[in-house]
Amino acid sequence: MQLATYPSTDHFDEMFGPDGEPRPSASLFVERLMQLADGNLQQCQKAAEMSLKNLGITFNVYGHEAGTEKVWPFDLLPRIIEADEWSSIDQGLKQRITALNLFISDVYNDRKIIKDGLLPEELLMTCKAYRKQCEGFMPPQGAWCHVTGVDLIRGKDGKVYVLEDNLRCPSGVSYVLENRELMKRTFAPVFQGMSVAPIEDYAEQLLKTLLDCAPEGVSDPTAVVLTPGIYNSAYFEHTFLAQQMGVELVQGSDLIVDNGYVYMNTTRGLKRVDVIYRRIDDDFIDPKCFRPDSALGVDYLMDVCREGRVTLCNAPGTGIADDKAIYSFVPQIIKYYLGEDAILENVPTFLCSIPEQCQHVLANLDKLVVKPTGESGGYGILMGPHSTQDERDKTAEAIKANPREWIGQPMISLSTVPTLCGEEVQPRHVDLRPFVLSGQETYVMPGGLTRVALREGSMIVNSSQGGGSKDTWVLRNGHG
Amino acid sequence: MLSRVAESVYWMSRYVERAENVARFIDVNYNITLGETDAFGNQWAPLVYTTGDQEDFEERFGEATREKVLKFLLFDEQNPNSIISCASYARENARTIREIIPSVVWEQLNKFFMMVRSAAGFTTTLDQPQEFCERVRLASHMLVGATDATMSHAEAWHFSRIGRLLERADKTSRIVDVQYYILLPDARDIGSTLDVVRWSALLKSASALVMYRRYHGKIEPERVADFLILDREFPRAMHFCVGRALESLRCVTGSSPGTFSNLSEQRMGRLCSSMDYTTIEDIIQHGLHQYIDDFQQQLNVVGEAVREDFFTFEQKISHQAEAEFQNQSQTQTFEQGQTQTQTQGN
Repeated sequence: MQLATYPSTDHFDEMFGPDGEPRPSASLFVERLMQLADGNLQQCQKAAEMSLKNLGITFNVYGHEAGTEKVWPFDLLPRIIEADEWSSIDQGLKQRITALNLFISDVYNDRKIIKDGLLPEELLMTCKAYRKQCEGFMPPQGAWCHVTGVDLIRGKDGKVYVLEDNLRCPSGVSYVLENRELMKRTFAPVFQGMSVAPIEDYAEQLLKTLLDCAPEGVSDPTAVVLTPGIYNSAYFEHTFLAQQMGVELVQGSDLIVDNGYVYMNTTRGLKRVDVIYRRIDDDFIDPKCFRPDSALGVDYLMDVCREGRVTLCNAPGTGIADDKAIYSFVPQIIKYYLGEDAILENVPTFLCSIPEQCQHVLANLDKLVVKPTGESGGYGILMGPHSTQDERDKTAEAIKANPREWIGQPMISLSTVPTLCGEEVQPRHVDLRPFVLSGQETYVMPGGLTRVALREGSMIVNSSQGGGSKDTWVLRNGHG
Repeated sequence: MLSRVAESVYWMSRYVERAENVARFIDVNYNITLGETDAFGNQWAPLVYTTGDQEDFEERFGEATREKVLKFLLFDEQNPNSIISCASYARENARTIREIIPSVVWEQLNKFFMMVRSAAGFTTTLDQPQEFCERVRLASHMLVGATDATMSHAEAWHFSRIGRLLERADKTSRIVDVQYYILLPDARDIGSTLDVVRWSALLKSASALVMYRRYHGKIEPERVADFLILDREFPRAMHFCVGRALESLRCVTGSSPGTFSNLSEQRMGRLCSSMDYTTIEDIIQHGLHQYIDDFQQQLNVVGEAVREDFFTFEQKISHQAEAEFQNQSQTQTFEQGQTQTQTQGN
């Protein structure tokens, strides 16, 4: 196994220092890698891919023929994180989610943060994800975002930044768990005795989080996972989580609201449901309340939720904190509710709703990354430095037409991790999506989904746009 | 369990069983027609009768030649009962209920589907279909075995068993019917060497030859029919299938033997007890073809009852709820394969 030819770049590499030597966290792993016989790594990679195929670990890509499944792209070389560094990320995530929960509660109830002049009311009221139906609502335990996936990136400066928060229906955790399984099965000789923090208890923690947030007074709550069905891009994940937790995976058509409660249709009649881990966006969960053309949801579900007779996870209305304009206020939000400085930094953000910042964005379209505030999944983004004049003109027009809908950020060069590209090992850009559960307590899964851009030089890691994934090792103590 | 899940697990098993039986039909036909003269060697039309798709076939393919029939039964995606369609439906059903089936079952089913799909790409499969048919049979056995050994023998398992056994009863009845019809072109043939070869082939197609020999020894058409229709212990015999399906149905409902709590149990119980007290002589007297025809119709009625009792439901909104939610009554349609999608955070 030859790593000697691994090219150094001016990006931050997670495994090798600028001097070409393995970082302390990766030294043991690199040593073992060197001991592998030639071609052995490729063999393991093939075995892993075969296994993914046989297990039907897939995701669907929209815009292809309905139901087109793609095998989950996986790379054998892990991303390794030291215990100390992880500990501060863990703290930072807990802090962030705690503050965001308080923020969402406040926004739909007293609006202190607006009265105190920290957040412009207009920004909130123009947020696409703001749900009027949630005004005055308070979910059990005050938990709005039970499951959050936070996208982290590391810049050239070696610092970890939060790129975005996903508080609606973040996906990817099933692939984290499957990636780990695969590593154990196909890469055992290297994995052995590495002292990697385990993640296998995630399903248990998720179930606990869901049940802890059941409506008050329900002694033996029933939880279900609600999926839009097999054509959804994350369908594999829905089945996986339902299976791992041992709860029913339901579709909208399996549920019915009767007598003010939610029931599912079983072979023995109706059975009451208390907690719904819904993997359907707000817009689609209740045709009587949100989009009337949705065939995925359940009539009157929102009524039952507001009455506190069923818990929706995540609660409706959490999307406001996903809005990329609101995102820019998170450090102030943390300060306001917790009186603490943010542990994890935001990427500096220019709001086009503020005229002078908008000018700056328009004048620097070729340098900035410009994003629509309400989208997710990498849709609608302009990568300034890699864009054409035509693309920039179109974006400029869209910004001028609706400045509230756009933000600009400096282009952060993502860090790289060695990745198997055919016969060679090459640096490829990665991000990291850790998963945070919050119910009665807050739990952060050690590690998370490392997404990798498989094309040389590309910074687009979204699986919907051809990105792959890696296992993420959080070392339990000191160095690997 | 969810009605939708029960339905999917039932159909998943049914389709796997269906694929297996199509493979059996082809196999036996091969065995019978190999080395025959042309007059007998071109017995491919009955195969299409066996699966009950002659209309569709004639419309799209015309005359039944070996190649057309094989293509139609193995890899024709427009034929809902071809092996490739069955494998694909079975997998699709499994996909919607992945959370309740053991991973090993899903993995086997996935491999089965990929095996069929890749075989469809080779012209050699049509030249030499036996090997492929054997792989299909084995894949099906593997699935049944994995299900038996790794899935709790609870409600979902029972629905899977009911689906499989109803399908098997139907297909065995078709094998008996069609082959009986071909194999007895005229009474003088009975007892000839050739005849024994053919009847053996028929038994083989139901994997019944060895078992038959142990119980009946000599091959006699009547005994063969008796074995495949009325035997209580041979797992591919129609009587066995109906009896065990009824057993599973009772496990689901909790009814005791001889009683029933819904239409499916009543109909299946009636069918089963009439078989309990029937002899092959009764059947021959009644007319074998007629008997099989009646049997298939009753099976369809049973299948329909199972659907109504367990898979569909009538929604009843109580008056109180109506008042609460401003008198809007709900209608719900079950649409298989909704294609509405939505984008979510990825």
